[in-house]
Amino acid sequence: MTNLAIKAENISKQYRLGEVGTGTLSHDLNRLWHKIRGKQDPYLRVGESNDRTKKSTTDYVWSLRDLNFEIEQGDAVGIIGRNGAGKSTLLKLLSKVTKPTTGNFKINGRIASLLEVGTGFNPEMTGRENVYMNGAMLGMRRDEIKRKFDEIVDFSGVEKYIDTPVKRYSSGMYVRLAFAVAAHLESEILIVDEVLAVGDAEFQKKCLGKMGSVSEGEGRTVLFVSHNMSAITALCNKGLYLNKGEIASKGIIGDVLKDYHNSINENDVISYYNVGDLAVGGFKFTNLSNLGFSVIQTGDLLSLKFKIKNNYSKKCNIEFNIEFFDSSEIDIFCVGNEFNNKVLEIEPSSETEIRIQFKINLIPDKYYMKVWINNFTTFETNYTDLFFGFEVEYGDIFGTGKQPKKENSHGFVIPEYEVNYLSM
Amino acid sequence: METQNQIWTEEIKSKNSLFSVNIKEVWGHRDLMFMLVKKDFITFYKQTILGPIWFFIQPIMTIAMYIIVFGNIAKLSTDGLPQIAFYLAGTVIWNYFSESLNKTATVFKDNAAVFGKVYFPRLIMPISIVVSGLMKFAIQFSLFLIAVLYFTFIEGTVHPNIWILATPLLIVLMASLALGLGMIFSSLTTKYKDLVFLLSFGIQLAMYATPVIYPLSTIPEKYKWIVELNPLTGIFECFRYGYLGSGSFEASTLAISSGLIAIIFIIGVLIFNKVEKSFMDSV
Repeated sequence: MTNLAIKAENISKQYRLGEVGTGTLSHDLNRLWHKIRGKQDPYLRVGESNDRTKKSTTDYVWSLRDLNFEIEQGDAVGIIGRNGAGKSTLLKLLSKVTKPTTGNFKINGRIASLLEVGTGFNPEMTGRENVYMNGAMLGMRRDEIKRKFDEIVDFSGVEKYIDTPVKRYSSGMYVRLAFAVAAHLESEILIVDEVLAVGDAEFQKKCLGKMGSVSEGEGRTVLFVSHNMSAITALCNKGLYLNKGEIASKGIIGDVLKDYHNSINENDVISYYNVGDLAVGGFKFTNLSNLGFSVIQTGDLLSLKFKIKNNYSKKCNIEFNIEFFDSSEIDIFCVGNEFNNKVLEIEPSSETEIRIQFKINLIPDKYYMKVWINNFTTFETNYTDLFFGFEVEYGDIFGTGKQPKKENSHGFVIPEYEVNYLSM
Repeated sequence: METQNQIWTEEIKSKNSLFSVNIKEVWGHRDLMFMLVKKDFITFYKQTILGPIWFFIQPIMTIAMYIIVFGNIAKLSTDGLPQIAFYLAGTVIWNYFSESLNKTATVFKDNAAVFGKVYFPRLIMPISIVVSGLMKFAIQFSLFLIAVLYFTFIEGTVHPNIWILATPLLIVLMASLALGLGMIFSSLTTKYKDLVFLLSFGIQLAMYATPVIYPLSTIPEKYKWIVELNPLTGIFECFRYGYLGSGSFEASTLAISSGLIAIIFIIGVLIFNKVEKSFMDSV
């Protein structure tokens, strides 16, 4: 058996909701009173799991609940889960920024954690001074930074401006310098929160490369939180999937990603929407190109399954159209049976499942949908309210790491095309 | 499941004993402390036009005001010392104490952004504040020394003596008291935010409960013990006695002050250490 780097035993973290500060004294006194009588903390019993969709009935919420896991030395562990699943809380506990409410971690090795790039950067100070400052904050000794200084500056690519105050830096340079410091930390365990979301694609790749070499080459243990599934697959060999503060799955990264993917689909079964005498619902998106991924990427082949229920007393002939909108509610495209003359017949009080497969290279955004139904039996046309459909992440379809963006006026869809220089 | 040779170098626990202050860890981060002091130095120089000249202007204006209000209107005694030297002595060291306390008392609030993202022994932060304060203190102290030299050799009205050598000890005592009290307040204010208001006028009031603008000798014998309970009293009296050569200074007062300060300092470190691990949840 290989040695362990981290062992978590019954880790829980409770947070107080709402206005912190009001009523704290009374709660503290109540706590003290229970303690004096040798009773359990009365506020540790209340609290519920962290489901943000429901309104909480108590002031306390469990951000993490009873986590038990072991991480072996040299593993690169991708921590995944939806927003609010407790990923960042877990990293905060391991970074000692705050302590667990119950349980403990056993750790073998020095931990360097990177919850943010450029912590402690001061705009008035020069790049050089900030490298020393940031390095010291991350736990490096002065001579250690001195030894690695040239390497750090080299990695960041800002040597020309190293003696300029960082307030004159572009945001890209700032991030490069900050990450360069962090990338040169000497530690047995490296913890990285979604910090790569900043910086340009080229530099992101460089960082991922550096992190990869870190986990494979030097036998370092890496814990990595990201929503970028391709980065996770590229970097990690193990996975930890958190759902509402609890471990939903752990183990080999491929298996964990599959579990994550499946559960997302389960979660996405929405209740039915009434459309006149009919009801539509049970929408399920599957990404056919890349089964391991839970997120829809540009260029993926998509499969949409949904159901239509007939609540009318007679058989209905219907035509449906599903319209897709982007986050600014501009309609982008629609799919349905209107244009191919396949009218759908549904028996009274029964339901039909429909599958539509389509491919469209959408620009990364959130997409919403609206279902229109023409009922030829009742001569009614009805439609649903707008509801959330899916989110598209950029899948590197050009293989260059460069990404078209809506905010840079690159349009709504990305055609697959070739550019040829004919006269050359 | 644990193998025999599994070793753990560290444990993160939900419950910490009150006395788990990790001095070794603080020492290991001394470079960070020096960087923080250097940062204060650099940012101060870069942000102001007049730079350190402000450090002179402030005490000069203050003592001018004291001479008018306390010396000439209220006619408070200065133990027969020249007013400029007397008030300057009090102001210079009071400034250091009050500013160190003010800044350390809000250390969690002021540094929440950094503390929330990276771990290092939090004690480094208040220590660096107290050390950076020494820079300003040194400048103002040199102003005071000029005054002492003038009144000793030209006017002959003040008589420095061997107690000058106690200066480093007095500075350490003041720094420890500011640090101790500051840590107690900063720990409590993360949860009970009202204490910030108490502190801001508390420091103002404390100046009048300390022999800053009056000598201890003017206090009636009956009430002297109350003022002597103030750990600052011994420091101020010793400082003035050493440099100006007059005042009702006794070594025992300084000894009592030292003892009290040591107790406050230890309480401060323990409370701070207790709070630092979970303050991010309530700040």
